[in-house]
Amino acid sequence: MTGEFLYFMQFFLSGLAMGSIYALIALGFVLIYKSTSILNLAQGEFLMVGAYICLSLTIDFKLNFFVSFIITMGASVLLGLAVERVVLRPLIGEPIISVIMVTLGLTYVFRGLVIMIWGNDIRQFNIFPLEPIDFWGIKLSQLYLWSMGISLLLLVFFAFYFKYARTGIYMRAVADHQTAAQSMGISVKRVFAISWCIAAVVSSIGGILVGNIAGVGVDLSYIGLKVLPAVILGGLDSILGAIIGGLVVGVLEFLSAGYLDPYIPAINEVFPFIVMVLVLMIKPYGLFGTEEIERV
Amino acid sequence: MPSGVFHESYASDERIFQTWFVKIWLILLLLVMAALPFMVSNYMISILIEAGIAIIACHGLNLLTGYTGQISLGHSAFIGVGAYACTILIGRAHLPFIVALPMSGLITAMVGMVFGIPSLRLRGLYLAIATIAAQFIIVFTIRRWDSLTGGVDGLFVDPGTLGPFHFNDRVHLYYLTFLIVAGATLMTKNIIRSRSGRAFVAIRDRYLAAEVIGVNLFKYRLMSFAISSFLAGIAGALLAQHLEVITHESFTIHRSVDYLAMCIIGGLGHITCAFFGVAFWFILERILEVVSTGLGSAFPDHITWFVSLREIVFGSVIILFLIFEPDGLSARWRTIRAYWKLWPFSY
Repeated sequence: MTGEFLYFMQFFLSGLAMGSIYALIALGFVLIYKSTSILNLAQGEFLMVGAYICLSLTIDFKLNFFVSFIITMGASVLLGLAVERVVLRPLIGEPIISVIMVTLGLTYVFRGLVIMIWGNDIRQFNIFPLEPIDFWGIKLSQLYLWSMGISLLLLVFFAFYFKYARTGIYMRAVADHQTAAQSMGISVKRVFAISWCIAAVVSSIGGILVGNIAGVGVDLSYIGLKVLPAVILGGLDSILGAIIGGLVVGVLEFLSAGYLDPYIPAINEVFPFIVMVLVLMIKPYGLFGTEEIERV
Repeated sequence: MPSGVFHESYASDERIFQTWFVKIWLILLLLVMAALPFMVSNYMISILIEAGIAIIACHGLNLLTGYTGQISLGHSAFIGVGAYACTILIGRAHLPFIVALPMSGLITAMVGMVFGIPSLRLRGLYLAIATIAAQFIIVFTIRRWDSLTGGVDGLFVDPGTLGPFHFNDRVHLYYLTFLIVAGATLMTKNIIRSRSGRAFVAIRDRYLAAEVIGVNLFKYRLMSFAISSFLAGIAGALLAQHLEVITHESFTIHRSVDYLAMCIIGGLGHITCAFFGVAFWFILERILEVVSTGLGSAFPDHITWFVSLREIVFGSVIILFLIFEPDGLSARWRTIRAYWKLWPFSY
């Protein structure tokens, strides 16, 4: 293979690995938006809290990684339930700005609590081996492969879950038409709660994966905002869109790092946002999102 | 003597000062504020300057979010544009402060209009997301455009002068801020009373109906962005004078959220919003500062707990306000005033 192609593939595959984590987190985003029409800007904080819980159980309490992983998932479910019940439910029917602001208020609380409990330093968290594996000259860290594998597995799992599982079908029904679903005997409140739980769980897993790559710190929560371009690109209310958007944004981020960096250093930090502004101007509802049609 | 305020014409209904009573109180307040630098410590003056700057910024945000209904999560980035514009105009272009101040407002208004263009097609949630993008793109530009903005190290601010006034003197800066706060309040109030203000409110309440009765949506949305950013730019220019060194860290998305939170606590869509919100925010901040340093020195082992107290309290305050008092302090203030107006014959 030529050097040029290798260079491209190197960034492309790394981007795909990162993108699959984005896709996972975007899935949580979309799930909440689809069933409850809430844009959860505290998603990044869910991710951070999950990563911190898992890290402190594994390293500080010296538990087996799988045990601490399971406990983290349990804690995430509780967190999701608590947030939905205590904070978001009183705001049903309030204007958008209240709902956006309340999730932003949550980010403050979570950030403060995390700093209070775990301090302000970035901590290393290495579960997966780092040694790169050579694929015909493309070096990919095992960590990236693990992340990609776990994310893809979960994405496939959720694809089947929404297609065949009873609760998955409930969720699609509620997203499609709330009152109709309710009249068919589906508990909308329960579906809301389940959406928050799933979102909290997938973002915790995403947090653990990203934490392994970048270290666990308060800045992990920025990933929650970095996922916004992915969600917008795919369409705010499309699960397929979230997955494709996540992968595309991950690839774009790494390719811009590979090719545009010499011209504008560190452009990859904002490149997804620039793409997002363009998408918003040209096709605001994304690739697969439902277009809102207003009738007078 | 009439038993209440009864308007007989639209003009009297739209008057700024409804009664002579309000006017007297306002004059008293202004006198107290003007005399304040001679009564309080330098530290207090600094805080008052910061509060004044926040009030100017909040007027802008209130106009955009409270009156036009366009949620902005990038306000602090626009303040940053104003701060850098003013500093660069004074430091590099050697313009006098009196020219640089309005120019930094205009530059910020221009930038604000560019990022307001998506509002042609976007509303609500989507526009909020677009402003998050604006926040990140602007701060990135500030951080990476080394030759102009000094990059990560930031810039030293040359103190502005205006005749005998030098704004590295706190008291002089206080009076400047005070004048601009008064001016900005008057300007905002007058915009709200005018045709444009009514168009803003119409767009906020039901934009389709507004369009049908002939409000040019794009023009007024963009205008709202421009005025809001103009005020942000002026606030930024003052903030640069106040901080003396500016870096991109003063203009993060957290600050944007702070400004929006101040507006919500104050009560979006009232002219008093900025005053109540900023007063509440700054007073709470001072109380927390005292409490956390006090607790920190009492329990030095747990000092990190009290450092993060601020974030937790402010987050909880935002959430509690949204759940229990979504119309903010302005609405509460009006309820209280309405109650006392008829006291003791409230039945």
